[in-house]
Amino acid sequence: MDWQDFLSVLPFIIVAGWATILLLVDLWIPANRKGITAGLAVLGLIAAIAAVISRFGIEREAFDGMIIVDGFSSFLQLLFLGVGVIAIAQAYDYLRRRDIERGEYYILLLYSLSGMLLMASAGDLIVVFLAVELLSIPLYVLAAFAIPKADSEESALKYFLLGAFASGFLVYGIALVFGSTGTTALSGMVAAIESAETTPILLLVGSGMILVGLGFKVAAVPFHMWTPDVYQGAPTSVTSFMAVGAKAGGFAALLRIFISALPGAAVMWMPLTMWIAALTMAWGNIAAISQTNIKRMLAYSSIAHAGYIFMALPAAATPEVAPEAVRAALFYLVTYAITNLGAWGVVLAMEKAEGSGLEIEDYSGLGKKRPALALAMALFMLSLTGIPPTVGFMGKFYLFQVVIDANLIWLALVGVVTSLISAYYYLRVIVVMYMRDGEPEVRSEALLNSTIFITAFGTFFFGILPGFLLKMINQVSLLDLFR
Amino acid sequence: MLEPWIFIALLLGAGMLLPGVTIVANWLLAPKKPNPIKQSIYECGIETVGETYIQLKGGYYIYALIFVVFDIEAVFMFPWAVAFDKLQLYMVMEGVIFILILAAGLAYAWRKGVLEWV
Repeated sequence: MDWQDFLSVLPFIIVAGWATILLLVDLWIPANRKGITAGLAVLGLIAAIAAVISRFGIEREAFDGMIIVDGFSSFLQLLFLGVGVIAIAQAYDYLRRRDIERGEYYILLLYSLSGMLLMASAGDLIVVFLAVELLSIPLYVLAAFAIPKADSEESALKYFLLGAFASGFLVYGIALVFGSTGTTALSGMVAAIESAETTPILLLVGSGMILVGLGFKVAAVPFHMWTPDVYQGAPTSVTSFMAVGAKAGGFAALLRIFISALPGAAVMWMPLTMWIAALTMAWGNIAAISQTNIKRMLAYSSIAHAGYIFMALPAAATPEVAPEAVRAALFYLVTYAITNLGAWGVVLAMEKAEGSGLEIEDYSGLGKKRPALALAMALFMLSLTGIPPTVGFMGKFYLFQVVIDANLIWLALVGVVTSLISAYYYLRVIVVMYMRDGEPEVRSEALLNSTIFITAFGTFFFGILPGFLLKMINQVSLLDLFR
Repeated sequence: MLEPWIFIALLLGAGMLLPGVTIVANWLLAPKKPNPIKQSIYECGIETVGETYIQLKGGYYIYALIFVVFDIEAVFMFPWAVAFDKLQLYMVMEGVIFILILAAGLAYAWRKGVLEWV
């Protein structure tokens, strides 16, 4: 162990350490000036971004393989930190409006982010478990942030109970995989499976349970039950962060564990992930049709998108396609993050102080009243459907291509058909905004508007010119653990 | 071979005999003057006044949480302290950082008024 090891986890140390320092600093910041805490939190995130960029392109294992630094982890860490900055900017005015402004919000957000950073570079199942908990526990508290509002409390309690249950599955799965392979280190697992020194039945059950635990975190069918209720009840700024950050964190672990550590067991998890992907896409999109509340609609939409990203796993079971599948999943995660943060930003702008204004009907007349905001929302909806010229189209195109390359044509067909179904409810929002008359009440807050502008610009820009993002992702790969 | 077990059997016998003798001697020698208070069932503390099935204020639970934090800290502190002179510098530093993090938590709770009795 040397100082290089500490440099390898520097972004994590910065975010977690800064959160702890901020916890103390915040005690002496007066209650009406919590904007200072938000600003300081963003400063910490910028420092962490600098730390990630400074070691971009480096590949190494640290702490005896506990931590893996590679293109995959650096790319995801950049994504997480970017999401964190936008989430703080979105939350600032919203918290004041709902009268729930407390400095702890930003601190808990930083802690949750530190869990995501750790997740991206976890090289051991124990670290994966630690990261999942570090990611989730602050989110449980954040979901309850509008306490004593009953729906916020309900949301937090549901999330906590089911999340704890899912963590149980994850840790039991880890125990069984350990029982089978004799190690929790991902690189050790690769070697153990390759040398056939494993108990296949334990490995099957163990990896299945890990799939259940992480499937819960990314809200894949049939582990999605909590999603609509939790997303609806939690404060919208928390939902925005949760829908993007927690999902990306879950996928970071799924991709790392299944593609880089268990390729030898692909025969076992390939059918499982294939069916989960197909079911998630189908059910998420079909259930979203009947929703009238925009938060529930976006919750089901996020389930459906988990299904799309999940397609990368069965595709990666074909070894030649695996690197491309990881890149396609990462690309889709970026498109999902940009588009969804924007869409939730519009929801934040439409929400009134007491929490109404969340029905899709409330968006009537938005096209006349605030053309720019309506245009941004239309762009996000098109991107979620996957219609050019938006980044959502590029993401789906890349992903479906990979799935077809892996000879899973029926799965790609399910994806295309469910995308067509999704057009119905996404386009309905556009129809309501432009073709119905109404007098929507809209907030205009500088920070929130700028996040909507940035994400809308990103959605459009990467939709036309995805080259920059693709070039960056093409350099990304999982560290080859088998040597 | 069996010697250690013989000692245990002797110890067991002596252990039963000593209290048995005192209890029997007490019963034989003590003067017997019963009254209702002496014969009532033994209870520690004073008798309750009013209904006992009422809601109590659980205001001290955060206090208990903080106690648990420091209870666990002690578990980690002992091996650290025992091996202190054999550790490398960075291990000592990690122990210090661990304590500092817990101290930060205590400072936070203190400032938020958790340690005030309510």
